[in-house]
Amino acid sequence: MNKQSPSRSNRPALALHVPEPKYRPGDTPDFSSIQVPAAGEAPRPDIAAPDEETFPLCNSLVRVLDDQGKAVGPWDPKLDPDTLRKMLKDMKTVRVFDDRMYRAQRQGKTSFYMKCTGEEAIAVAAAAAMDPEDMHFPTYRQQGLLVARGYPLVTMMCQIYSNAGDPLHGRQLPIMYSDKEHGFFSISGNLGTQYPQAVGWAMASAIKGDSRIAMGWIGDGATAEGDFHSALTFATVYQAPVILAVVNNQWAISSFSGIAGAEQATFAARAIGYGTAGLRVDGNDALAVYAAVRWAAERARTNKGPTLIEFFTYRAEGHSTSDDPTGYRPKGEAEQWPLGDPIARLKAHLVVLGEWDEERDSALDEEINATVRAAQKEAEKTGTLSDQGFDNIPSMFEDVYSDTPWHLTEQRDASLAEAREYLGRDPE
Amino acid sequence: MSTRNMIEAINDAHRVMMERDPDVVVYGEDAGYFGGVFRATAGLQKQFGKTRCFDAPISEGGIVGTAVGMAAYGLKPVIEIQFADYIYPGYDQIVSEVAKMRYRTAGEWTMPMVIRTPYGGGIFGGQTHSQSPEALFTHVAGLKVVVPSNPYDAKGLLIAAIEDPDPVIFFEPKRIYNGPFDGHHDRPVTPWAKHEKSAVPDGHYTVPLGKAEVVRAGGDLTVLAYGTMVHVALAAVADNDIDAEVIDLKTLLPVDIETIEASVKKTGRCLIVQEATRTGGYGAELSALVQERCFYHLEAPVERVTGWDTPYPHAYEWIYFPGPIRMKTALKKVMAA
Repeated sequence: MNKQSPSRSNRPALALHVPEPKYRPGDTPDFSSIQVPAAGEAPRPDIAAPDEETFPLCNSLVRVLDDQGKAVGPWDPKLDPDTLRKMLKDMKTVRVFDDRMYRAQRQGKTSFYMKCTGEEAIAVAAAAAMDPEDMHFPTYRQQGLLVARGYPLVTMMCQIYSNAGDPLHGRQLPIMYSDKEHGFFSISGNLGTQYPQAVGWAMASAIKGDSRIAMGWIGDGATAEGDFHSALTFATVYQAPVILAVVNNQWAISSFSGIAGAEQATFAARAIGYGTAGLRVDGNDALAVYAAVRWAAERARTNKGPTLIEFFTYRAEGHSTSDDPTGYRPKGEAEQWPLGDPIARLKAHLVVLGEWDEERDSALDEEINATVRAAQKEAEKTGTLSDQGFDNIPSMFEDVYSDTPWHLTEQRDASLAEAREYLGRDPE
Repeated sequence: MSTRNMIEAINDAHRVMMERDPDVVVYGEDAGYFGGVFRATAGLQKQFGKTRCFDAPISEGGIVGTAVGMAAYGLKPVIEIQFADYIYPGYDQIVSEVAKMRYRTAGEWTMPMVIRTPYGGGIFGGQTHSQSPEALFTHVAGLKVVVPSNPYDAKGLLIAAIEDPDPVIFFEPKRIYNGPFDGHHDRPVTPWAKHEKSAVPDGHYTVPLGKAEVVRAGGDLTVLAYGTMVHVALAAVADNDIDAEVIDLKTLLPVDIETIEASVKKTGRCLIVQEATRTGGYGAELSALVQERCFYHLEAPVERVTGWDTPYPHAYEWIYFPGPIRMKTALKKVMAA
């Protein structure tokens, strides 16, 4: 019952706006309302340009590859064919890897997996545009960084299987990789935490007069976390040498990007309020991703400050193996996505350049399939999640602290006694 | 050797470590130019430059989150959360990131940082400047939780915390930061209000983490206390003429179980004093440890003296604050059983 005091009785009732996506299951998806500017249209400011010169770019879309696969406009990074071919190979590898690991989860070999289908260009091209010693603070759909930086596929799989070859000793959810040597910071399941961490790393690099920069990654949904805003505040205040990427793949599990505020402003436009450089980029265009990251990296490296980049893309698959997207969005939406498939677009570009053809493409597919299959076989020799048992129980109590305090020593001994009783013998 | 109050001792610990180790950086709200609202970092920016000691935005999540990145880079951040009551926006970073990083990366990334924060009441700070949230952190695997009770320990423990390879939450009892309180704010006038300067060595020394200290030897009763409550306990025991053994825990996680166990087995009685609210507090953990390990040596139930289970009331602070009357009642009860 809406009781109003006499003084408010003739006022209009307020209404709450709850954003809804345009299409739900059963609807025919139609992306015609998305404004896709022509490739090559966006201007490219000098890397030393004042922040505000980038502000118009926060509301458009930096695109390089046109519908025919030609690279056009001022953002064309003019990459050599070998770099383009490596990016194509890395992107294809990520997709094949994802497919095999997805199936491995369905076969009960691990508990969980997350694909990045449709988003392969973003991490792979960003890795190509950064220096190998730069540091990434990724979220959970940047496996392309590891693939592009040559991290062993077998080790990635061992992490997914939590087997004896898992460098994280089975302590992290599958896909939550970490590798210092490859500049890949530990992934957290609490979303957004890595964003101020990336800024802190970049600040430290500046404090020490180093030349390395950092890149932080976040999804569209997690931009609503306080960490997103504290990261932007710190990055801007201290002009930290950092690139802050928002991968806007339209969906945060089942909540569309409007629930994170995308109806009112682009994610790139958040930069404007902070007074930092911002770019909105076609995330399915590997060349545009490369060019934007390269621009931001050079800007950071020359003490011109941070850049917020929104990669506009679409999550073609479910959020994870635990998710069924047909429950909240129409089937076939990914095929309608107006920015296309990033792998097909990069391939078309190489073909246009005369540097690629169907024969080589099929041969590459075969090679990647064989490589990934072999890696999986190798990883499974060490075991899958379901094989994990009672070997090396004491390791569970290590690394809580640098030294093991008394209470953990007691608990370790108790757990070994439990295992002994359960097995009827000493654990291995 | 100089005489210093606690805030001066803490300030000196920073200076000693910043001189010794160029990777130590210090920041927090107002921590740079002004030196912090309690002046714990006064003079550091002037001496070490503004990239090693600086003001931070009012964003505890940002302060802790950036410290994670700095520690990952290889620095040793010492960050100040202006009041422990403000630590909650940084809680996720502390609990989910700082505490678990060594474990979740199998030791590849470690978090050698110190999170300093003034805690506790008795200064007419109201609800948001008086809390004692240490139990929220002693429940978290991967953290070390330290609470000094005097200037000597504050400096030695802080240096040990900065040198420790693990993350340390360093709760500073602001009630005894600056020595005696001025009269009218300090009622009733109590011995611990006269916590004055004491001898604090110049230069580098450490007080080990994880070690408690018997600050008063006795045979009738063991009193476990930390922070300001050490002084409350000492005063109450003296006033009531009880031959109590008073233990200053200094480190709550990991706690020095050997010292506790030896003392309780000797005295057969145990009283635990904490300033924090009662339910689910750190004293409950101490009580459980004593019951588990010393039950057959106990001649009386373990008793707790604590703050009440209310938010901290501004006007009734001295009714909330565990003081001599509450101590006396509990002492009598334990001794009579």
